Amino acid sequence: MAVDYTTQAAGGIGDAVLRKEDRKFVTGEGRYVDDLKLPGMLHAAFVRSPFGHARITSIDAAAALALPGVHAVLTHESLPVETGVLSASNPGGDVRHPEQAILVKEIARYVGEPVAMVIADDRYLARDGADLVHVEYDPLPVVVDAEKALEAGAPLVHAEYDSNLVKTLEHHTDGFDDAMAKASKVIKLRVDNQRLTPSAMETRGCIGDWQDATGEVTLYTSTQVAHFVRTFVSIVCGTSEAKVRVVTPDVGGGFGAKLNTYREEFAVCAASHAVGRPVKWIEDRTEAGVATIHGRAQVQYYEVGVTDEGKIVALKFDAIQNNGAYNMLLTPSISHLTLFMVPGLYDIQDISIRIRQAFTNTTPTDAYRGAGRPEATHGIERLMDAIADELGIDAAEIRRRNFIKPEQFPYSSATGLIYDSGSYDENLDAALELSDYAGFEARRAESEAKGKYRGIGLSTYVEVCGLAPSAVTAALGIGAPGWEHSTVRLHPTGKATVITGTSPHGQGHATSWSQITQTELGIPFEDVEVIHGDTAFQPYGLGTYGSRSLAVGGIALYRSLGKVREKARELAAHLLECSVDDMEWTGTAWQVKGSPDRSKTIQELAYAGWTSASLPEGIEPVLEATTFHDPPNFTFPSGTHVCEVEIDPDTGRIEILKYTAVDDCGNVINPLIVDGQVHGGIIQGLGQALFEETVYAEDGQMLTPTFVEYLVPSAADVPEMTLSRTTTPSPSNPLGVKGIGEAGTIGASAAIVNAAVDALSGLGVRHIEMPMQPARIWNVIQEAKS
Amino acid sequence: MIPSTLEYTKASSIDEAVAAVAAGAVPLSGGQSLMPMMRLRLAAPHAIVDLSGIPELVGICEDEDEIAVGAMTIHREIAASELIRAHAGLVADAAGGIGSPQVRNRGTIGGSLGHADPHSDMPATLIAAGASVIAKGPNGERRILAEDLITTYLTTTLEPGEIITQVRIPKSDDHSAYAKFHRRAIDWTVVGVGVCIGDNGVRAAATGVADKPVRLSAFEAVLNGGGSLDDAIAKVAEGIEPHAGLDGSVEYKKHLLGVLARKAHGEASSR
Ligand SMILES: Cc1cc2nc3c(=O)[nH]c(=O)nc-3n(C[C@H](O)[C@H](O)[C@H](O)COP(=O)(O)OP(=O)(O)OC[C@H]3O[C@@H](n4cnc5c(N)ncnc54)[C@H](O)[C@@H]3O)c2cc1C
Repeated sequence: MAVDYTTQAAGGIGDAVLRKEDRKFVTGEGRYVDDLKLPGMLHAAFVRSPFGHARITSIDAAAALALPGVHAVLTHESLPVETGVLSASNPGGDVRHPEQAILVKEIARYVGEPVAMVIADDRYLARDGADLVHVEYDPLPVVVDAEKALEAGAPLVHAEYDSNLVKTLEHHTDGFDDAMAKASKVIKLRVDNQRLTPSAMETRGCIGDWQDATGEVTLYTSTQVAHFVRTFVSIVCGTSEAKVRVVTPDVGGGFGAKLNTYREEFAVCAASHAVGRPVKWIEDRTEAGVATIHGRAQVQYYEVGVTDEGKIVALKFDAIQNNGAYNMLLTPSISHLTLFMVPGLYDIQDISIRIRQAFTNTTPTDAYRGAGRPEATHGIERLMDAIADELGIDAAEIRRRNFIKPEQFPYSSATGLIYDSGSYDENLDAALELSDYAGFEARRAESEAKGKYRGIGLSTYVEVCGLAPSAVTAALGIGAPGWEHSTVRLHPTGKATVITGTSPHGQGHATSWSQITQTELGIPFEDVEVIHGDTAFQPYGLGTYGSRSLAVGGIALYRSLGKVREKARELAAHLLECSVDDMEWTGTAWQVKGSPDRSKTIQELAYAGWTSASLPEGIEPVLEATTFHDPPNFTFPSGTHVCEVEIDPDTGRIEILKYTAVDDCGNVINPLIVDGQVHGGIIQGLGQALFEETVYAEDGQMLTPTFVEYLVPSAADVPEMTLSRTTTPSPSNPLGVKGIGEAGTIGASAAIVNAAVDALSGLGVRHIEMPMQPARIWNVIQEAKS
Repeated sequence: MIPSTLEYTKASSIDEAVAAVAAGAVPLSGGQSLMPMMRLRLAAPHAIVDLSGIPELVGICEDEDEIAVGAMTIHREIAASELIRAHAGLVADAAGGIGSPQVRNRGTIGGSLGHADPHSDMPATLIAAGASVIAKGPNGERRILAEDLITTYLTTTLEPGEIITQVRIPKSDDHSAYAKFHRRAIDWTVVGVGVCIGDNGVRAAATGVADKPVRLSAFEAVLNGGGSLDDAIAKVAEGIEPHAGLDGSVEYKKHLLGVLARKAHGEASSR
């Protein structure tokens, strides 16, 4: 979609308005946790385990305490908390949830696990003090690989269990065995979806401020879920939830890694309680590599039964998910999301799924952009190419033959979801056209003439967004609902404040929410202020993750705006002395039908509602409304991505020559923001496909703790992207929106890998694991040639 | 990523800097390597002396049959220097390809040599170009062949108290070029090769294939003995044993050595 980024559009739904929040961010005026300084504030540093698995035999803090400026050294024994970290995830029941003490109690289970906390006058002294804490460790056997962790005799991460199995998720349809038996061919594929380090520009950080006299505690933290944090802080720190306030200043990215409640967040509150002064902790970059959750880390075994025509008749999926050493907020639910999306956008009704989750001596994994769905999409999209290759059918054609067709919606998937709408052929057709798929072979020949390998790859995806109907989250064993809150408040001067339970950290809600307000209530875009991320202002917000903000929070806003508009209508009818039924909405005012001279603008009505000089019977003062919106269903964005690459056989380097993405996210509020989300998502998928991998040595050491070893793409690694859209509005919500926060990431990795495999297919290459760094590609070529 | 407490001084003359270093301070040039080392606490000096206030350490000029480059000259200036481009093109190539504009605007030639990272671009090209460095210490000045400066990871033959004040590059008429391979657009070099071709034969050196930059003696010997480029490439990794790492296997790095030697040789020949 050719969006003009250079001129300021109008401010309603569908307009490519420049983002309100950008001025402060690009001029460096954003205010993050680290910018906050409270009077008397002290600073914390953590002593972290250098071993993947070890028993702590002693902690000697004498030297640290002797350092001038060090106030306290806290350990498990002295940190005043009631419990350890809690998980809200129990899919299928009986998930093993071992205790995760805030500071290590006896046994450290991954490199970087916090053992002690040093509180000092400044950050540097705190770090110096941490280096002086002498901890004696007795190393224990380590297991980092999830498949090995599930083998008999593997070292136990938690000795209280008889194995490292966290939970087995299963889903089998009745007809699976029969269907598989009838297949004319069975194709197998193993796919390793590697571990990733979410790398938000702003690392985590928090300040705990415990007021002794009142028992009130304020926590400033870089999070996506302020209210979850508040609930959990009250439980862990043993105080009333009503006394806890969580404030989220500007947040510099999260990608799911801040959809969590972390030990450090509890620790700064408890430490503030212990020392009687505010305590700040800012995660440093290498610390972020081990202390913040990781993503993906799933090994998949596919077995697919097909007919000679390439129609899939049965699909078996057996995966091992590396949960890390403990379950964080949603860890066991992430591979549950994979389970739901195993069939992708294909009409596969006979399915057999098993996902075994394992404890290992590694940093816990949890939600990372896409959270379980990129794993499913990458796997099945690799599988579709394997089928195409095996049967000698074109990669686009094999997908087309298996797509769910438009007339099948609402579509009941074999995993129990109801896909709302979609037009997968339309996405594919548009993407093939834009990428000149038909003309590819000529381009391949051109590259061959230069001694290079050229390939084209497709990825067609559907994802599940708009998390989530609360009855469903409960049924899935998630101890939290999925609704969202909004309040719309009109001021006497006709300006509007929108309070939202969503928690933007880059998504631009201040802009999109203002656009919805302008269209639905006639208050100009620039007259709308959006407030988020402070539990003192909001009833309860569930936050921002799972591409849910617009599809759930945006609808909560839409409904509050409707309530205000209706209240304004009653007020207008009263003031204009006619019946409510005789009023019509002009977009900015209520008028008597057909009489523009008899009207009240929304601003006039806001004033009248405030002065309350004359209100209709039974109407309370002030134009304000609140909504708690629980969505009836998820939403299901879809798309087709096409990638074209060229590989230099001398070095193994992959160059992306062309990238085309056609996405269907339903109706669009702001095309500029949607394009930005798609761009960023694709780049993150590109990072996984080409560069990123979090690597552990067998002994539990982390080999990629800095950006020298962990390669995130820079702007210079990003190809030109051609974006387009199709639109099938979601029938599940009045705006017809679906969500676009994760789509790019979900679509990208398979398109890139499929292109690389296609490029090398002439050599007999059938599969390549990620990341496809040059050395790996060179090896693949050498092996294929020998 | 939080450095430990230390003392900071800024020297205004070479002698002042030498005195500080002799007293145990670590020299700070562009900080592009020292600061990350300190933040990771891989280096924890109790004192650093900043060399950025010493005018004599900056600049590029001709000095008889050599080009004198002040130790504090930044990569960007070296990349843009007509003089260096004319007489040692491979050094300009290397300087122009380091990191990002930010890094090239702060990082210096003296710091690159003093840091002695085995994946650094500058030292290999200076070795191939036959350059020397001038070191000054409490006992005065001495000249060290670039090839003799770096001994292993992050280690040089500088004596305690010595700093690099100048790099001297011969004003040769050699045709030269530097070719390197790195994984991302902005990234550390996996392997890099500098080649100089002149009346006195071919000189070549590589980075990323050992614990220090190395001369490609076997490659040079074949070419200087009248052998073909293909034969030289076939021997390029002789006597060289790279380390396997996340950036590639031993075989891959040996292979890259050949690819890059060919590329650098080709570019040098065409200049
Ligand atoms: C993001 C990034 C990317 C980079 N990419 C590359 C790259 O692609 N290729 C590459 O080659 N390099 C790269 N570098 C390193 C860069 O080239 C540095 O400039 C160089 O390594 C050190 O120079 P400096 O002036 O910054 O030295 P400093 O960091 O100030 O010092 C480095 C070391 O040298 C010592 N030292 C400094 N000056 C002297 C002196 N005059 N005498 C004796 N010892 C001295 C210091 O004590 C210290 O031990 C990169 C750095 C960064 C941060």
